[in-house]
Amino acid sequence: MTDSDAAGESWFAGIDPGDREAAMTAIREGTADSPRKWPEIAVSSGFVDDESDYYTELHEATVRATREAVQERERADDQQLKHSIRAMNDCERVANELAERVAEWAGSRREDAGTGVGYARRLAEEGDDGDDAALVSLAERIRDLDDEAAALRAHVERTAPEVAPNLSALAGPVLAARLIALAGGLKHLARKPAGTIQVLGAEDALFAHLRGQAPSPKHGVIFVHEAIQGTAPEQRGSAARALSGKLAIAARVDHYTGDRKPELDAELEARIERIQEREVE
Amino acid sequence: MTLPEGVERRSFGGDEWLATRGDPVYGEPTDGHWRRWDPRRSKLGAMFEDGMETGLSGGETVLYLGAAAGTTVSHVADFAGPTYAVEFAARPTRDLLDAADPRENLFPLLKDARNPETYAHVVEPVNTLIQDVATRGQAKVALANRQFLRDDGRLLLAVKARSEDVTSDPSDVFDSVLETLTDGYEPLETRSLAPFHEDHLGVVARPR
Repeated sequence: MTDSDAAGESWFAGIDPGDREAAMTAIREGTADSPRKWPEIAVSSGFVDDESDYYTELHEATVRATREAVQERERADDQQLKHSIRAMNDCERVANELAERVAEWAGSRREDAGTGVGYARRLAEEGDDGDDAALVSLAERIRDLDDEAAALRAHVERTAPEVAPNLSALAGPVLAARLIALAGGLKHLARKPAGTIQVLGAEDALFAHLRGQAPSPKHGVIFVHEAIQGTAPEQRGSAARALSGKLAIAARVDHYTGDRKPELDAELEARIERIQEREVE
Repeated sequence: MTLPEGVERRSFGGDEWLATRGDPVYGEPTDGHWRRWDPRRSKLGAMFEDGMETGLSGGETVLYLGAAAGTTVSHVADFAGPTYAVEFAARPTRDLLDAADPRENLFPLLKDARNPETYAHVVEPVNTLIQDVATRGQAKVALANRQFLRDDGRLLLAVKARSEDVTSDPSDVFDSVLETLTDGYEPLETRSLAPFHEDHLGVVARPR
């Protein structure tokens, strides 16, 4: 292969010296089957005068390309995730409230009236057969909100693992997003002690307890996690403590290094298994 | 063992530490242009402290896989020649960029070390391949990147046992990683990086 052929696979192929936009794209998106002596090829193909110039261009191009790539990846960041999970919650909550209204209204007009978002969807699909235009129109709004909530959930499931890979692996993407939103961001979650994470979302119960009017809550939103759900009620306090401890570590790893640490999954699984075995004894 | 040119033992607060010359990166103590290189924060630093024969003499071309926030690779770029730094996670790469800014010979790349074809159009054949990736399949990553290493080059590998398998005994994990590694490399020296890094093995190897 001659040098000009070889240059075809390089990041500087077909790029005018000084066109930093094009160089940046080539660094980010290019590929080659194997490495070659790019500095030599860059000189012989006329891209630069000497190797010192080559390294100057390369430094500029890699720093710019990498900065842009980092910003793009981080735009899918924790604050965006916070907005999407809250929007999802809002859609679900409002759909449920309106569905109650539809059930009550339909009960006054139809014999086959049912309840819930499912009934509202059915009403919307059936359409209006004459007198119930207002009722059916409201049911259609509920169906749209329910669809929107499902789309937002899919979005959260896609983006949470990018923002917090370890937390999402341990908690599932939706619960991970809820914890991040409740804490106000991944940074804030990473700085919270495990005991706080354990009761995030159970603030009412916690403050009732602090006023001396109730027992301490065992769990907040982590209640939906299978580590709690799959554990007998009398062992759920232990399970919640073990789970929140691992979630706290996962949030810190995600915030401070961003590396995926599969050993966390195994450690959590082992801890919960041991707790769940206790009920057999 | 001799340290590469550009790496010296110097006194910081009364104790002797490894040090290189360059802009400070992570709040490390400095003495003039010299910056302390803490082996507890750097596997390569620990390999030097343990007296391993890294083959580094200063000025060589380096590919560094798993550069993270740039702690170690900034020291490497202080004494080496062109230094390519590959890191996959966006968050630490932001700090790596700060380390790269004042270092004209440091080239940061947000790439996955498991897919060398995504940076083979940028990285040239190198004298030294340094690898510190916390992922399962560390030997496979080293094999996939062997194409970047010149025939007389050296692989400096830090194997993290807990990234491969949390439940197995670390020495079993090291044996299995070394066995896979021999598909493309001949290990010359291995040494535990404790007490600086628990359950880590330092490996010097040459391509076969």
